[in-house]
Amino acid sequence: MGLLSKKDTRLILDPLADDNPITIQVLGICSALAITAQLKPSIVMAVSVIFVLGLGNVVISLMRNIIPSKIRIIVQLIVVATLVIIVDQVLKAFAYELSKELSVFIGLIITNCIIMGRFEAFALGNGPWKSFLDGVGNALGYGVILIIVGFFRELLGSGTLFGFKVLGDSVEKTGLYAIGYENNGFMVLPPMALIVVGIIIWVQRSRNSALIEEN
Amino acid sequence: MLEHIELFFKSIFVDNMVFAYFLGMCSYLAVSKKVSTAVGLGAAVIFVLTVTVPLNWFLDQYILQPGALAWLDGNRETPELSAYADYDLSFLSFILFIATIATMVQLVEIIVEKFSPSLYNSLGIFLPLIAVNCAILGGSLFMQSREIETAALALNYGFSSGIGWFLAIVAIAAIREKIRYSNVPAPLRGLGITFIITGLMAIGFMSFGGMLTGGEDAPLAPQAQTTQTTIQPAIEKEVETTPLVVSE
Repeated sequence: MGLLSKKDTRLILDPLADDNPITIQVLGICSALAITAQLKPSIVMAVSVIFVLGLGNVVISLMRNIIPSKIRIIVQLIVVATLVIIVDQVLKAFAYELSKELSVFIGLIITNCIIMGRFEAFALGNGPWKSFLDGVGNALGYGVILIIVGFFRELLGSGTLFGFKVLGDSVEKTGLYAIGYENNGFMVLPPMALIVVGIIIWVQRSRNSALIEEN
Repeated sequence: MLEHIELFFKSIFVDNMVFAYFLGMCSYLAVSKKVSTAVGLGAAVIFVLTVTVPLNWFLDQYILQPGALAWLDGNRETPELSAYADYDLSFLSFILFIATIATMVQLVEIIVEKFSPSLYNSLGIFLPLIAVNCAILGGSLFMQSREIETAALALNYGFSSGIGWFLAIVAIAAIREKIRYSNVPAPLRGLGITFIITGLMAIGFMSFGGMLTGGEDAPLAPQAQTTQTTIQPAIEKEVETTPLVVSE
């Protein structure tokens, strides 16, 4: 990676694991869980957040010296809202079905705590290039969790991935279903998203004991 | 009147902000370590939702909807005659809603500070947090997508979803206060166990699903629709087994 110094690489890679926005910083859970019943909306959501957070971080970082600190929250919200409108209009134009499925949750990227959190914690104090890397890194960390949750919920809940029947046909009893396997309908319900994330946190923290919290 | 009562209970229990849609999870997880702070934040959310949802309802009705600008040349009743009939500003709703919310939060903060310093001291730190609480923007966006008809219903919706959020955060705070004395596996302590408890509470709240409509009304979310198909067989089984017990 000639373009990136060692420090820059850390900006991107840290949020993927040990400084993950969802499991460690506890940011951006709001709009994340409701759309992870299937893999496809999870990926669309992840890509949207990467776009909004990467660009938003650059814009805020460029304006960081001229924003009066008293009204910075409103300025930040307007910047995010503009970027989210772009994402929303693009989705409505090119993937209308998907945008109906995601309904209000695209709009809720505006209040996604990851975005405000990174603006406050990083973009207001660093240059545009670093902020861009930080934004993309954190959004990737967020996307990874979304995709893991979406993968397990769709695979175990409906036996499909991206809508393809990877485990065989549940009606005609082919593939795994021929030997008595059943879909776990519970996995597609909202509460299981929380429990799957809980299990991811469990696995991550038992592998890295430095992350364990005090009670 | 009946539709008000129905909307009230539906927003609190069936469409609970936290358990059905995961809105406002960030502050829900971050500020739920003590019951007293949870009560403060919950009260602030009820207040801000009650104010912003009706406000955004007026914005939606008079500015944003397709043809909503018809009142400008006096054609409110017959929008198709208006010169503004073709205007559709709904793509601006995100930016207008969030601007309303941010200004309202600032205004509320100033007013509360002026007139009730004691309330300000208990709510003060939470008010700026609320501008970026997904539950607030989510309330306005759901109000828009569900096409709530009157301003009174919008007010009711804001207030009752606020109560639903309040209940959720107070309940989890009470559980977290008690769980401090339990022997939770080390990697699950703190965040992990809170996620799992919230999941279990959400399963509990799912049982309110058929309370008002008898389960006929199809919910918005695609995953909620599968609820009915998976739950129904279980109910049928119960019906089959009960007569047996009676005959014995």
